[in-house]
Amino acid sequence: MTVDEKTPSQKNFSPAVWKKIWPFISPVKKYLIAVLILMMITASIDISFPLFQKYAIDNFITKMQSNGIVGFTVLYFLVLAFQTVLVVIFSRFSMVAEMNIGKVLKRATFVHLQKLSFSYYNQTPVGYILARVMSDTNRIGGVVAWGLTDIVWALFYVIGVFISMVLLDFKLALLVITVVPFIAVITVYFQNKILKLNREIRKVNSEMTGDFNEGIVGARTSKTLVIEEKNLSEFSQVTSKMYRKTIQSTMLNAMYIPIVTFFSSVAVVFVLTKGGYMVMDNALQLGTLSAFISYALGIFDPIQQIARGLADFVATQANIERVTDLLETEPIIKDTPEVIEKYGDTLSPKRENWEKINGEIEFKHVWFKYPDGGDYVLEDFNLKIPAGTTVAIVGETGAGKSTLVNLACRFFEPTRGEILIDGKDYRERSQLWLHSNIGYVLQNPHLFSGTVKENIRYGNLNATDEDIRHAAELVSADKVINSMENGYDSDVGEGGDRLSTGEKQLISFARAVLADPRIFVLDEATSSIDTQTEELIQHAISHLLNNRTSFLIAHRLSTIRKADIILVVRAGKIIEQGTHKELLRAKGHYYSLYRKQFDQEAGESVFSASEKSK
Amino acid sequence: MSTNSTEQKKSNGAQFKMLLRFSKGLKGKFIISVIIMSISILFSYLNPQVIRLTVDSVIGDKPFNLPQFAVDLINSIGGRIYLRQNLILCAVFVVIFAVISGVTNYYGRVGMAQFSEKLILNLRNTLYGHIQRLEYSWHVKNQTGDIIQRCTSDVDVVRNFVANQCMEMFRTIFLLIISLSLMFSMNVKLSLIALVFIPIVIVYSGGFFAMIRKRFQTADEAEGALSAMVQENFTGVRVVRAFGRQAYEIERFDEKNNTFSNLWIKLGYVLGAYWGVGDFVSGMQVLSIIVFGTLEAVSGNITLGEFLVFVLYNNMLVWPIRSFGRILSELSKTSVSLKRIDEILSAKEEQDNPDDTTPDMNGDICFENVNFDYYGIRPVLKDINFTIKAGTTFGILGSTGSGKSTIVALLDRLYDLPENSGKITVGGVDIRKIERSWVRSNVGVVLQEPFLFSKTIRENIGVSTEDDDLRLIRRFAQAAAVDDSIMNFSEGYDTIVGERGVTLSGGQKQRVAIARMLIQNTPIKVFDDSLSAVDAETDAKIRKSLKENTSNSTVILISHRITTLMQADMIMVLDDGKIVEMGTHSELMKKDGIYKKIADIQGSMENELEEVR
Repeated sequence: MTVDEKTPSQKNFSPAVWKKIWPFISPVKKYLIAVLILMMITASIDISFPLFQKYAIDNFITKMQSNGIVGFTVLYFLVLAFQTVLVVIFSRFSMVAEMNIGKVLKRATFVHLQKLSFSYYNQTPVGYILARVMSDTNRIGGVVAWGLTDIVWALFYVIGVFISMVLLDFKLALLVITVVPFIAVITVYFQNKILKLNREIRKVNSEMTGDFNEGIVGARTSKTLVIEEKNLSEFSQVTSKMYRKTIQSTMLNAMYIPIVTFFSSVAVVFVLTKGGYMVMDNALQLGTLSAFISYALGIFDPIQQIARGLADFVATQANIERVTDLLETEPIIKDTPEVIEKYGDTLSPKRENWEKINGEIEFKHVWFKYPDGGDYVLEDFNLKIPAGTTVAIVGETGAGKSTLVNLACRFFEPTRGEILIDGKDYRERSQLWLHSNIGYVLQNPHLFSGTVKENIRYGNLNATDEDIRHAAELVSADKVINSMENGYDSDVGEGGDRLSTGEKQLISFARAVLADPRIFVLDEATSSIDTQTEELIQHAISHLLNNRTSFLIAHRLSTIRKADIILVVRAGKIIEQGTHKELLRAKGHYYSLYRKQFDQEAGESVFSASEKSK
Repeated sequence: MSTNSTEQKKSNGAQFKMLLRFSKGLKGKFIISVIIMSISILFSYLNPQVIRLTVDSVIGDKPFNLPQFAVDLINSIGGRIYLRQNLILCAVFVVIFAVISGVTNYYGRVGMAQFSEKLILNLRNTLYGHIQRLEYSWHVKNQTGDIIQRCTSDVDVVRNFVANQCMEMFRTIFLLIISLSLMFSMNVKLSLIALVFIPIVIVYSGGFFAMIRKRFQTADEAEGALSAMVQENFTGVRVVRAFGRQAYEIERFDEKNNTFSNLWIKLGYVLGAYWGVGDFVSGMQVLSIIVFGTLEAVSGNITLGEFLVFVLYNNMLVWPIRSFGRILSELSKTSVSLKRIDEILSAKEEQDNPDDTTPDMNGDICFENVNFDYYGIRPVLKDINFTIKAGTTFGILGSTGSGKSTIVALLDRLYDLPENSGKITVGGVDIRKIERSWVRSNVGVVLQEPFLFSKTIRENIGVSTEDDDLRLIRRFAQAAAVDDSIMNFSEGYDTIVGERGVTLSGGQKQRVAIARMLIQNTPIKVFDDSLSAVDAETDAKIRKSLKENTSNSTVILISHRITTLMQADMIMVLDDGKIVEMGTHSELMKKDGIYKKIADIQGSMENELEEVR
């Protein structure tokens, strides 16, 4: 669900915020400067149009003659054509600027996210991170490129109109200008109110979306509880709130525009009265009066545009802060400079210096608590896992079974104590070195959009098609893959959702085999898989465990029984530890977990046996 | 989403007709608003006329070109000379007209907003209520994401149409009618010139957006692809890290990021050309009026004041016409959204027959020759016959897909048995003749993977009752053996569950759902494998307390655990949609059937325990 919008720390224009984002804007500096110049020219041309009108009135209409109208028309036409060219050019430049700022920012955030630690991902919903990378950067690019265009044009237009008016008639110009401050104050007042209200509307809107979500996902449950009408009455409260807020916002808008129109008509009144007397006294040409009326009517839109543009810039500061906050988030797990010096960093590893890994892992006086708070979940934990050992971790859903794996894989580091790999603290080597030696198969295996082949190749980018086929055969995934429509070139769909869980697992096993890791982690699926696939998977697991140090986050008895050491987790803590037999004998939590799973599998096995015998 | 063929034949117009349904009782508001709005436009068009009069007849010496009563009025106060001395009087009219136009504009817009927002409110509420009342099978068939999309994005498109585009279209039409009739009354030739540009501009902008819709789509898709790639990277962060594939991911990202940016830049080029040409055409419209207006004025066909009015009116028309074209091109988008919404609305709601009853449901439950098939492909229940005596406990043992959950769904009338497929009776009454809501408030069900709402635990447990007294809630939570766990949360019963709050473990969820069902106090209670996630000790604890709490009710227990089932008064073993065994625990243990085999294996765990000793 949407995360509530962060309220910006700065309510006013803050140069400090913009300074932070400047490095991302400066590459398109020259485009922005070009746009600036183009807008100045465009604004001057726009100012000249009422002057054409003035010329027509004073030279043709008042004098009742049309000599020179052809030249007048041609000139007007040329100016118009020139303006067209300018518009085409400036909008190209603005678009290039917008997209490039967005592109550079997106890249920077994405690259930075590749370095951030796991705890960041654990604490931050994916939707929230996605919004930083996509919508915030889009908005920054858009406002900088187009907001700037609008403001610069409007600013030059307003200033130009003032200059033009002053040059035409100083006194009359002053009369129009007196109205401007009123409009400015009213605009700022209304903009603020509307902005605040719009924020509230967005909040109600996301509440409404959430309610729709619940109403749909929970519809079946609502039926069994007979609470459909109650849900509807709760929902209609939210829609009513939405109605009230939207009407309020319309009222503000509907009030604002007539008020501005009123002031602009006051300006026209001034011009008409004062100018009329001047014309009667022959102190002013009629054409000039008409130009003044055009200016007086036309100046207020640009003033609103400036106000709106500035408000946009201030509002965008919130987006900038969100992006820069992300960019300034330091990864909690970092390789030391010495380590980077020797082994290289994530993006440019020095593989030639990497030691071969054997796979012995030792937890030595490890204390651990998650960075987002809470109690210690490990207190002075010691465990030596010889290379090639299989460790099973069991416990209820949500009991915190992944903690140990997170530590062993250095997705998190111990709060105190150390973890040794082949006898050496793993912080003395690079993260990438360790990660390159880990094979990870997830509960609900994650595949990337693309083909089966591409997904398996993820395990080793240098693998040939032959290697991929071989890996698939080793884990018996080849039959399943060959039965797919396009074999190895079949599209797996977004997140692999075109495949069944069992198929996804087999492919992720092949991916792990291809990586040929020394350490293997399996987070077993809880969902039921048909018995045939189940057999294939068990066979694949046996193959993977062979000769590797393994961690199994296990549910199925067949998997648990493969383990050399079993760790039992409850409420985040390791409460029991030992072999299967030892733990059963102890009749503790393991016993009851085992019993539960045993009962479940017993039923299924008898039924499926009776099915086969038929 | 399923559409039947009659709907597909509906024309676009019919899609928009759907909106009428939601504007019931609002049409008066709409008509009044439109009238007020046109008054506002009329007055805004009167101002240039004041300028014309001032220029021509006050400052200049042309006769007053006004209706006779107005001329009489001016003459009675002193005519041109008086006005010349009091020019401010003319100016005051400008302000008065501006104020009238402004005030009417305000009421017109607010009225329109009240109309359109009320319509959308009706649409949202109808949609939500309809979804609540749709058949269970509809919810099983349709994807949540797709429905939400229709309820939010598509409704937003419709809202934009009703609230903004619709009003804008009416405004533009009135604008055209008023300005053109005023212009034609002054000078036909000039009006024709202005008129010529109107279809050109509308067709140009409308046609342009229709033409580049494909490009917009491609660019949107590129953004979608980039967004999906980024999202996959985040959700798959463990895989990326575990294989050390950051550099590779950045490479993939760059490719998509570049495609996306370049597509938009190209689109920007096209848009820039469109804006440029659009400005040019509008500029030509202004130019034509000025040049031809000048010529007309020079030849004395119009006055200077009329020339000014023409220029001003023309300027007032330029923008509305341009956006009108764009709105027209987006009508098809609205029509698509309306169609998608209509597909939900035309799905069938659950409907009780008028003669359905609300009988006492304390009687025996009886399945007679029940056959059932969800999709007409594979029968799920075959010839099921059994009776559950009122007040007894009935156990069902079966594998995944054996049909045990279907029995629950049928008993709760989530699905209805078709005619000639046997019948289900409670106290002798066919449940198809009992109101659905009555059946469901008399049959309490706990599912294996229960859904909890994103509310507090207290609200979740008390969701079906008006009485949310905490003592009552706690009493039922205790009965479901979950009170202790809840009290351990820092917020206790006010802990919010779900995405915005605390994640409960599978077992805790099941127990909260049990408490939620118990509070309904139904004569029939069904536990559909609802203790699967709790361990054996807790299971036993809950069963004991359930026994105390359900003494008067008929209980149906579905489980794979013999220890759970063995105390039932009657146990049925279901395999592949058929009853294979039925009897009490001791009876079944005497047979050499599935029940005994499972009991033996489950019992053998004790042997295994012996072995390890």
